[in-house]
Amino acid sequence: MTHLPPSRRARLSTFDVVNSLLMVTVLIVTLYPFLNVLAVALNDSQDTVRGGITIYPRQPTLENFRAIFAYGNIPQAFLISVARTVIGTALSLGACAMVAYVLSRRDFLGRGLLSRFLAITLYVSGGLIPGFLLIRDLHLMNSFWVYILPTLINAFNIFMIRSYMDELPVELQESARIDGANDLVIFLRIVLPLCTPVLATVALFIAVGQWNSWFDTYLYNSGNPQLSTLQFELMKILQSTQSGADAMRSDQLRTQQITPDSIKMAITVITIIPILLVYPFLQRYFVAGMTLGAVKG
Amino acid sequence: MHSSGLSPSRPKSAAPRRRSRLLRRLHEQRYLLGMSLPFVALVFVFNYVPIWGWLMAFQRYRPGRPFWEQQWVGLKNFTDLFQDETFYLALKNTLGMSLLGLLLGFTLPIIFALLLNELRAGLFKRTVQTVSYLPHFVSWVVVAGLVYRMLSTDGGPINQLITTFGGQPVQFMARSEYFWGVVVLSDLWKEIGWNTIIYLAVMTAIEPALYEAARVDGAGRWQLMRHVTLPGISRVVIILFVLSIGHLTAIGFEKQLLLSNAVVKDSALVLDLYALQNGIGMNKFSFGTAIGVVNSLVGLALLFGANAFFRRKTGDSII
Repeated sequence: MTHLPPSRRARLSTFDVVNSLLMVTVLIVTLYPFLNVLAVALNDSQDTVRGGITIYPRQPTLENFRAIFAYGNIPQAFLISVARTVIGTALSLGACAMVAYVLSRRDFLGRGLLSRFLAITLYVSGGLIPGFLLIRDLHLMNSFWVYILPTLINAFNIFMIRSYMDELPVELQESARIDGANDLVIFLRIVLPLCTPVLATVALFIAVGQWNSWFDTYLYNSGNPQLSTLQFELMKILQSTQSGADAMRSDQLRTQQITPDSIKMAITVITIIPILLVYPFLQRYFVAGMTLGAVKG
Repeated sequence: MHSSGLSPSRPKSAAPRRRSRLLRRLHEQRYLLGMSLPFVALVFVFNYVPIWGWLMAFQRYRPGRPFWEQQWVGLKNFTDLFQDETFYLALKNTLGMSLLGLLLGFTLPIIFALLLNELRAGLFKRTVQTVSYLPHFVSWVVVAGLVYRMLSTDGGPINQLITTFGGQPVQFMARSEYFWGVVVLSDLWKEIGWNTIIYLAVMTAIEPALYEAARVDGAGRWQLMRHVTLPGISRVVIILFVLSIGHLTAIGFEKQLLLSNAVVKDSALVLDLYALQNGIGMNKFSFGTAIGVVNSLVGLALLFGANAFFRRKTGDSII
């Protein structure tokens, strides 16, 4: 019996049962907080106060979402978050891919130098205070570009794209060159379209980083509500209610009968949804991408 | 520079010819250079210039005047730092949370990966994986909100469980002694799935013949796991372990900043937060930079120490 693999598949051992139960526990522990937040966000605010909301709304309503889109500068913050994610991802992906292409060219003169120049940034950084002073001295404070420029080039992303490009057949580029294409054309027309899987992975990483970022807003743009982001607004609301100083008890909300708890949960849902929408579809790419990165070192 | 010494017999004619060849290659690669040089400049500004800022730790930095007109004070910032009791509190918190995080955050993903690997490939396995990666993608702001909600005494599920089993509700977020645990466990919740990716990838690369052979020798599921799968991933485990020792002091401040409140702030103060509060909060830029420098040096020392230890044990260097 032990010699035949099929027999293994046929029987469920105690191990399998215990293991499956453990995995179901992991599923519950991971999902419960998300489902609970969603249920509260979709539940009538006054009804939520009575307690006992678990994973489904007891009195479903979209009122909480309507309220937050009328509240403060949430709509503006949402737009800024979308803008920094879209613009930041497009520019950073383009820049990283371009540098990766140059690095993937074995005949490039400065190849070793450039590679080391980038690798060093993975291990050494100036730290919080010098970074802050630099941004201030460059007059990037109170500007949208502080979201884009400092993280435009990322060595890890470049190396990930490069190792994918290294696997592409060289003949394609050579034949394009014979046809008279220059390096920029070869990059844009030949190499880039072939790199879709790795570009999708890196785009996801960059986009998630941009969407989730709040500390740069806190540090550089907290004095400018026009440039506030959704994460920063959420952070302010969470922190203010946690420390007891209830900033949410404004007249605006009292007249709408929405409690701070419901507002918090509704904003949380809005910040989670975009990620929830994209990541399952990109999963196979980033798993492969992480594996590649891991193997290379 | 490239040509000198390479052809000593004809130095006069070789150098110009080599230089012109270099120029020709530069011209040939003008597109490649154009595609990379702007970004080199950008990396220089945003990644290298701040390293230069480390020198600020040896100055008494006053805003508004150029760098070279600042007053040099030698090691004064460091001696001040080592005499500051708060520094030792921050160091204790940093190392405490890191070590606790290493203990759980390192072992549990390995166990989780082993167990996931035992699930037969199929919808269930894929579902567990997809769900377990999810928390990695949401921000710490969101996670902090979820943690507060889950641990709340006002209808939080954890406290509801406790009271169901006859216990008293616990004010998790208002008790200093729980803060480290809250940080470490929420970090674990967020990253455990993500950290299994690499182990699962390495497991798929293990030779199936090894399993067959072990099975023929009469090995059961546990023995296969212990004697085939675990040795198969051991190299990656060691590499990641050494690297995470190097990162012990680099735990950042994000979770501590977001999860702390006035009541538990003494347990939440980590080195980066301490640097932030002094450097940016109180405009003590040089002192804040000194904290950052010490933090990085402790991290480097740990990394090289761990690497030396493993080189002695395995004859293999990781960095």
